[in-house]
Amino acid sequence: MTSPVQTEDTSVPGGNGPDALTKDGAQETKTQEGLSPGQLMWRRFRRDRTGIISACVVIFFFAIALLAPLISKVYGKDPYTLYGQNSLDLLNEFNMPAGSFGGASGSYWFGIEPNLGRDVFTQLLYGMRTSIFTALGATVLIVVVGVLIGLVGGYFGGTIDYWLGRFTDLMLGFPSQLFMIASMPVITAAFVAPDENTPTWLRAGAIIAVVGGLGWMGIARLMRAATLTMREREFVEAAKISGASPWRIIRKELLPNLWSPILVQATLQLPNTVLNVAFLSFVGVGFVEPTPDWGRMFANGADYIQLDPWYMLYPGVAMVIFVVAFNLLGDSVRDAFDPKSGR
Amino acid sequence: MSENKTTKAVGDSATAVKDRPLLEVEGLTKHFPIYGGFPFKRQVGAVQAVEGVTLDVFPGESLGLVGESGCGKSTTGRMLTRLLEPTGGTIKYEGRDITHANRRELAPIRSEIQMIFQDPYASLNPRQTVGKIISGPMEINDINPPGGREARVRELLETVGLNPEHYNRFPHEFSGGQRQRIGVARALALEPKLIIADEPVSALDVSIQAQVVNLLQELQRERGIAFVFIAHDLSIVRHFSQRVAVMYLGKLVEIADRDTLYSGPRHPYTHALLSAVPETDIDVQKRERIRLVGDVPSPIMPPSGCRFRTRCWKAQDKCATEEPPLVQLSGNKAGHLTACHFPEDPTIDVGARKEDVVMDPALRSLEKDAKKS
Ligand SMILES: Nc1ncnc2c1ncn2[C@@H]1O[C@H](COP(=O)(O)OP(=O)(O)OP(=O)(O)O)[C@@H](O)[C@H]1O
Ligand SMILES: [Mg+2]
Repeated sequence: MTSPVQTEDTSVPGGNGPDALTKDGAQETKTQEGLSPGQLMWRRFRRDRTGIISACVVIFFFAIALLAPLISKVYGKDPYTLYGQNSLDLLNEFNMPAGSFGGASGSYWFGIEPNLGRDVFTQLLYGMRTSIFTALGATVLIVVVGVLIGLVGGYFGGTIDYWLGRFTDLMLGFPSQLFMIASMPVITAAFVAPDENTPTWLRAGAIIAVVGGLGWMGIARLMRAATLTMREREFVEAAKISGASPWRIIRKELLPNLWSPILVQATLQLPNTVLNVAFLSFVGVGFVEPTPDWGRMFANGADYIQLDPWYMLYPGVAMVIFVVAFNLLGDSVRDAFDPKSGR
Repeated sequence: MSENKTTKAVGDSATAVKDRPLLEVEGLTKHFPIYGGFPFKRQVGAVQAVEGVTLDVFPGESLGLVGESGCGKSTTGRMLTRLLEPTGGTIKYEGRDITHANRRELAPIRSEIQMIFQDPYASLNPRQTVGKIISGPMEINDINPPGGREARVRELLETVGLNPEHYNRFPHEFSGGQRQRIGVARALALEPKLIIADEPVSALDVSIQAQVVNLLQELQRERGIAFVFIAHDLSIVRHFSQRVAVMYLGKLVEIADRDTLYSGPRHPYTHALLSAVPETDIDVQKRERIRLVGDVPSPIMPPSGCRFRTRCWKAQDKCATEEPPLVQLSGNKAGHLTACHFPEDPTIDVGARKEDVVMDPALRSLEKDAKKS
């Protein structure tokens, strides 16, 4: 396990191996044999307390989103039933939650929604589920498109790179939030006849397309720069000399070396995308009733902020924790991958 | 012409030398365009990195390619492996013109020309295990050796003097010398006939250099692999190559078999390079010293005529107007070609000239001062 043992077994009988005995930096850094760069990164990450805590928080959020149906079954409520309308003592005469703290109680943990009287806890559960999964889809799209365009531009260079670069600039030039708002109805209208209801999956698809289509440019630029430095490396040339196809070089030589920036960018991108998806719902072009949605809870909450600030509290706090934890996680992942950068 | 410009590999090599060259290079040229201008970019010039290099490589021989930094050795090597597209000239491999062959056309000969790189840290993919790195070329060319690729990789690791058990290790766990051995194993994986080694040891510690050179030499002898051995240092090439070609600022200035070149260089530049080689044998006669002054001129605006004339102590008007052709000078052996109007006497003994050649007036006055005091 220790260096001296390793240096011994590197000198092979018959070979002129004494150079194995001369030590250099490579021998000092290794702690155990056979550690891949990925394993080394994992070791560094494990030592980072902030990273571990924020990873736990993030995993917790994902677990909640994933297990929302199970939790609500155990909890015994769903996000659609108008509890406040069914039992009269939950809402007061102004249709606001009757109890204190937004009507929070043992059976309605986070209280009751004003007006409609739905259960806030399950609404938040399912709302997060919708938002996080939509954002996940959009992030995957962003990363895939960004990585592909960056890699292709960076690797092939020349005219391809030039035009991909101009296209990226053009997309960056769009005021993306305005454009998102403007393009959402257009996209849904393209697929759905005016007199029909838009199915939820189509809305989700449209949101993913719009948020993804307007969000890949940053990653593309980053990937292009990373690829540019990588493709000059001699191991890429060695692969070329053996006759590897460009596609194989991108897949087998470049991509494995770009996983770290990709992962870092993806972790930093996801909270942004959650915010973007929430933003769309907030301004009313995202998910619509009755689909529970995180962003729309803010929109509704804003209507009642004077009378029932509690309704806004839970989704708000959840969102803040989620975004902060995710950003901290992104930083930790970056530090683990590249110990030299940062503090 | 072709008898004139080449020679059979001579010396202690046990390899059989056939008459037909493995690689025929004629007039190889590479210009890197320089873009500039505003507002529209256009080509404003070119780095004339390699200009009209003509040489042959015979099966099983080792050809050394030497010259100062920036003289176009790597560029030449990269064109030979077709990493770079030549601007002009032809490259023929076993009689087939591969100058502008694309990837598909090159496929059948890809396995026969391999390269060993200078930087052992950049030449291995940090995310792949040693086994993957070495078996990669076999995978690409769909070669299935008897016993499987893994067995072959272990065999290769043993050949280059590494532990076959290191199959699953990653490059960062090896020292520079060991990495270079991995690079050698990768080059051997396809059983090439020709290996371009671009300064394969210059990034290594001096104590390890000899070991890697010895390894390469063993391989060359045992497997009959032809080498183009690029180096900026004549002493390593002397050890390794049967023939040596000297480049200056993109041009070949002299090519000869090793003993001829080292004992009787005709081109002043070769002479200067040789005089810079530190003496290793004590009993060797003291050679005269030649110090070159100034830097190599820019390859963007190379001097007219002979490119070496700006630093040559023998330069005359003719050198500026007329470019010396690379020919066999009278008194030279067949295959010893020199591009010089006013070649040196074919000797490096002190007796041939009374004084050291010192090019720099400042240096000269310094030496005078030193003598006085
Ligand atoms: N991609 C490129 N674009 C522009 N100029 C280049 C490029 N590659 C090399 N050059 C130039 O071509 C000339 C020859 O470079 P080359 O790398 O072949 O030199 P070299 O003989 O290998 O030097 P060294 O001993 O330092 O490796 C240099 O002047 C260099 O600046
Ligand atoms: Mg070089």
